[in-house]
Amino acid sequence: MASFKPTKVQVYPKLGEKVTQDTLYWKNYKAPVQIKEFGAITNIDFSPVAPHNFAVTAFTRIHIYGPFSQEPVKTFTRFKDTAYCGRFRSDGQLLVAGCEDSVVRLFDVSGKVALRMFKGHTKAVHITDFTSDRYQILTGSDDYTCRLWDIPNATELNTYQEHTDYIRCGVTSKLNRDLFITGSYDHTLKLFDARADKSVMTMDHGQPVESLLLYPSEGLLVSAGGRHVKVWDLLKGGQPLVSLKNHHKTVTCLCLSSSGHRLLSASLDRHVKVYNTTNYKVVHNFDYAASILSLALAPDDESIVVGMTNSILSIKHRKSLDESKEISGQQRRQPSYRVFVKGKNYVPKQDDYLVSKPVKQHLAKYDKQLKKFNVSKALDTALETWTRLRKPEITVAVIKELDRRGTLKNALAGRDEQGLARLLNFLIGNVVDPRFAPVLVTAAEMILDIYQSVIGQSSVVDRQLLRLQELLEREIDYQQDLLEVLGMLDTMFASSLPRKEVNLHLSKRKTESINSDREEDAVGQ
Amino acid sequence: MVEHGDIRVVHRGGSKINFREPVITHDSRYLLCASGECVKVFSTSTEECIHDLRGHTGLVTGVLLKPSNHLQVYSCSADGTVRLWDYTDGILIKTYVIGCPVYSICASANHEGVIFIVTPMLSDKRSDLFQLVAVDLPQSGDQLVEARELSAVLSDVSSNPAAIVFGRGGEYIASANGLHLEVYFFKKQKSYRFSLKEDNKKGGKNTVTCVACHPKDDCIATGHEDGKIRLWRNFNHKKEYTYSTLHWHHSAVSSLCFTPEGTNLLSGGMESVLVQWRYNQESERDFLPRLGSAITHITVSPDGALFCTSHSDNKITIIQSCVKVSAVIQGLVKGESVRTDMMVDPRSKSLVLNGKPGHLQFYSLPRDKLLYNLDIVQQEYIHESGLEQFEVVKAAFDASGSWLATVEERKQKDAELELNLKLWAFDEQTQSFVLNTTISAPHEARITAMCFCHATDSQTTMLVSTSKDGHFKAWQLVSDRALYRKAEFGPSWSCDFVGAYHGLVPECCCFSADGSLLAVSFQEVVTVWSPASWELLTTLSQPPKAVRDLCFGRLSCSKYLLGTTANNLLCCWNLLTCSLEWSTSMDISLLLADPLTENMAAFCCQAGSTDLFVFKPSEPRPVFSQKAVCSGKVTRAVFAPREEMLESCEESSQWLNHSQLYFLTPYMDLMTFTTKAEEDRLMASSKQLVIDDSVAMTPFYLLLGKHRQQEDADPLSGLSAERRPLPQCSVAIKELLQTPAHVLPSTSFLCSMFVQSLLISVTNGRSVETKHVEEEMESEKEEEDSEGEMESSTQRPEQASLGGQAAPALTKAQLRELKRVKKLDHSWFPGLLHS
Repeated sequence: MASFKPTKVQVYPKLGEKVTQDTLYWKNYKAPVQIKEFGAITNIDFSPVAPHNFAVTAFTRIHIYGPFSQEPVKTFTRFKDTAYCGRFRSDGQLLVAGCEDSVVRLFDVSGKVALRMFKGHTKAVHITDFTSDRYQILTGSDDYTCRLWDIPNATELNTYQEHTDYIRCGVTSKLNRDLFITGSYDHTLKLFDARADKSVMTMDHGQPVESLLLYPSEGLLVSAGGRHVKVWDLLKGGQPLVSLKNHHKTVTCLCLSSSGHRLLSASLDRHVKVYNTTNYKVVHNFDYAASILSLALAPDDESIVVGMTNSILSIKHRKSLDESKEISGQQRRQPSYRVFVKGKNYVPKQDDYLVSKPVKQHLAKYDKQLKKFNVSKALDTALETWTRLRKPEITVAVIKELDRRGTLKNALAGRDEQGLARLLNFLIGNVVDPRFAPVLVTAAEMILDIYQSVIGQSSVVDRQLLRLQELLEREIDYQQDLLEVLGMLDTMFASSLPRKEVNLHLSKRKTESINSDREEDAVGQ
Repeated sequence: MVEHGDIRVVHRGGSKINFREPVITHDSRYLLCASGECVKVFSTSTEECIHDLRGHTGLVTGVLLKPSNHLQVYSCSADGTVRLWDYTDGILIKTYVIGCPVYSICASANHEGVIFIVTPMLSDKRSDLFQLVAVDLPQSGDQLVEARELSAVLSDVSSNPAAIVFGRGGEYIASANGLHLEVYFFKKQKSYRFSLKEDNKKGGKNTVTCVACHPKDDCIATGHEDGKIRLWRNFNHKKEYTYSTLHWHHSAVSSLCFTPEGTNLLSGGMESVLVQWRYNQESERDFLPRLGSAITHITVSPDGALFCTSHSDNKITIIQSCVKVSAVIQGLVKGESVRTDMMVDPRSKSLVLNGKPGHLQFYSLPRDKLLYNLDIVQQEYIHESGLEQFEVVKAAFDASGSWLATVEERKQKDAELELNLKLWAFDEQTQSFVLNTTISAPHEARITAMCFCHATDSQTTMLVSTSKDGHFKAWQLVSDRALYRKAEFGPSWSCDFVGAYHGLVPECCCFSADGSLLAVSFQEVVTVWSPASWELLTTLSQPPKAVRDLCFGRLSCSKYLLGTTANNLLCCWNLLTCSLEWSTSMDISLLLADPLTENMAAFCCQAGSTDLFVFKPSEPRPVFSQKAVCSGKVTRAVFAPREEMLESCEESSQWLNHSQLYFLTPYMDLMTFTTKAEEDRLMASSKQLVIDDSVAMTPFYLLLGKHRQQEDADPLSGLSAERRPLPQCSVAIKELLQTPAHVLPSTSFLCSMFVQSLLISVTNGRSVETKHVEEEMESEKEEEDSEGEMESSTQRPEQASLGGQAAPALTKAQLRELKRVKKLDHSWFPGLLHS
């Protein structure tokens, strides 16, 4: 006597993106904290020392936030005009910022008034940075020049006038105090050595350069401009390594994950993309509400901070370990330990006669009903709201099983308005799904056959039937379009292949189209 | 043509065991059932076949225990004889010649010396009218007796054995035919006839399918075509009879049976549910569902402890009192047709083909036993006629037997074709196939052929399937780690390549032996592909008809590709020159290659019968040919590799050395070719296997028996050596101690023997040896004697006296005697010891 074989629920491949280690890692952030600033956020910089506060430059202010605070811990407001590029020194004590009024200001993080004001640029200063020896400041300005300043004396050390357009980005070497790189709207990147008067290396990006990033090893340089992100090998004399074009609007900001294995780029197209730095493939993607101007990652990737054009600052914190575990634990309260071990820890003695308990087969509710040939009840069970919405494959599997048993008609018949409405609702939701269509089309035909005589008696059912018809008409149009595209592709393939066997894997859409034709017939009845 | 005197076509296994009702013996230890031309004796506990009672020359149509002697059994056959057997020893006792085909047999303890048989009406042999005849069995000592005293009891009876039954200790006999029930009372010599209307209101059919009589009460139960059971009472009056109706079955009741005490009525039918009704409390029913397939017969053992049901899938189930299935005796399942090809599992060397619906059966050819059924579809089978269910239509093994590919399909009238391609991996731990990958809808239309790449050394396993949708697909085993799969997902199968050729429909495909070439036939064109690069290498064609069968040559003939076409042409292409080597006109229904040799077999349909040609592609003359192998068209055949190679010197039978050719006739008989030498060998080995023993022959017994035989041999060899074995381990003493006291000779006699055996021999080795030689010769002589006795096989060998020799070690004959004695019941002995 064989046991009852339960209904087989087909496992369909999951649609959508694949779950990878990267998605798991980058999805493991809490819901974002959003803070409204006074204007577009142009720059975010994390303090290199704990507790890793970050400076947010927006409009005429620079706010400094603590790692978990939602209110700024410090605010610098002494700007005459829009401030730019507030950056921390490597010891986290000083902060430098440019301004639309061409004055560069140096602040003590604990103070309020600027310690030094560097005047000399003639136009807005968009880029400021400390050199690695901590005594000099690099600035780049819209007057096409970049300058080096001495902090103690507040004097200008050097001026470089090689760029022919606005200088909007720059970065200093963390390893060598004399090296720095600037990028300009004249499409070039220039590497300068403070010991020489001229740039030592020039690279052509091809678009106005918006952002620059040096790898921790400083062998590779990443530049963003236009829709492209380019990687350059500095050790090979500025040879272009890769050009990435994954955004569809200007890339505004670049960032490297703490491990250095992932590169992040933010763009005006409201996306942040995560690249693998070994093969430069996109491994993850974040969506934001508005165009992104600035992006920063906290050390150890503890939080992702994004500034947008709509002056909203979005901070995502990483979930702590126990927090991510807690969620699964909270969902179901498990019976106590005692319940589980009850009677299980008894060890049979030598003379005991062991009576083995037959293993009880667990069956789902619909299977129990199918076992008793209660077909209508089984279908009702499969159409319960939770199953219908969350696991349509179970409902479809039961319908298929009923069809195989030849009792689908019996199960579908004899329903009241509510039951029929539920059934039709399910059909409307799933009949055009290519995975379920073959099964549901037969069911739909049967329903129409059975309930033909009562059409017009219930407004609810009639409305749903009309919706079903509409849906099918739309699907047919869609299939026709697809077939046309397929035909075009076929001709293209045929003409492009030089007298060889044409091996085309016809897409599954063809079968669907046949299905939908049949659906049409069904509705036509 | 070559002459082949010594090769013949023989029936090989797989005969029906569900043809007639099985019989359980009085002690419930054996089950007897008619199986083709013999009666098989099974053990109810071990499911093992103990004897074949052979002797009938026609289909055995009935088995019946002799009412007066429950160790003997009657069997009747279509050859017109009734034979009496001793089933414990498998000996034919008597043959009664009736003279006309016998369709069923029944007897009752009330009528001693008389059996009742169903024969055709003598007046017109062709008509479908049958009569029940009482036969007085002549009491004579001869083996072959002609039974002449026939007297008709009832005329116009059904040939169905379930429709005639004795009631209440043989006082009357009830017979049903069509819509009539007839009851004949022997005392009154009067018969009553009851009729039912043809159709009741609801359209159910009232035709009676089976009859059962209550053993104690005057009650007859009839089963009907519409699933009703009627209980007839008061039928010894023409008018005042009554009946009550029970209804549970939704289709015809095929078998009814009362338990010996009459407390329960068992019924079964197509639903494959055994229903147990309480007699007089019919509302209470017990069910035993899901017995596998439709029940055809039900029997109950005389003590009521065992039920036994025969099923339509050639199976007998033994059930312990409607609670638990205790044993299943399964024969080769034969449906109306075999959809899959016949295959040989490379691992178990068993024959694989369609079995139960949705299953593949693995059938061991040498043991003639079904090993197991593999559930392919894994769905609840609904026992209802007219329902379209999933069927396994294609199956293929890879070279090592570690992968099995199956295709199942279900075609409803208007719905789309449902196709599933399943790939099964062999699991070493459970020693069975485990589902690895299911590909639903692998093709858009029916799959026409499927084959694995048979190269054993290749790195990847590849499967090619061709379909009516005009494509062939190559499936490959891939294990992608890059896809971040979890460790529990092993490698799985995915599509590697889709090929087509000018929109033509591919019909068959074949890999070359080394796996470097794939041939796919597209109607009349054969395309040859390289599986490594999926490049079309060449096309071969022999217009104007479509190619039916494709086959690569093996070993030295691997450069040849053979194909048969629809216009009766057998073509052989040379792949080196890409040209036709030879072709011949033959209507070949099946072409297959022996995997171990260069030989190919072609079944050729000619004038209603099939001829076989065995040839090598490189040689013009056939190796073997036989005309009219069987009637009809052979479409399924297979070369099964032998377990051990035959040493045949004759040229004509050399092709049978490596493998054996099995084929299925259109009537679903499994046939094979054997040589005379092989048959002789088989006969000899089967003689060895005959056991003079009532113990069921289980594998355990065989194992132990072998051990025993070695032990038997040991004392002799020990004696011939210089040192005698120590008395403690002397087999003689052991046997002595183990033998029950009541069969031993007197103690005074044994004492001297026992003491002597304890003494350490001082005689020199030589004298012992000579003495021993004498003993051996003596024992051999005795052995011969006893064998002679056994072959005459009318009586058991007489008990030889133990006092024959006073030697310390017992001779072989004595040992055997002791062993035989030991097998007698001596369970009381330990009880005595304890008291």
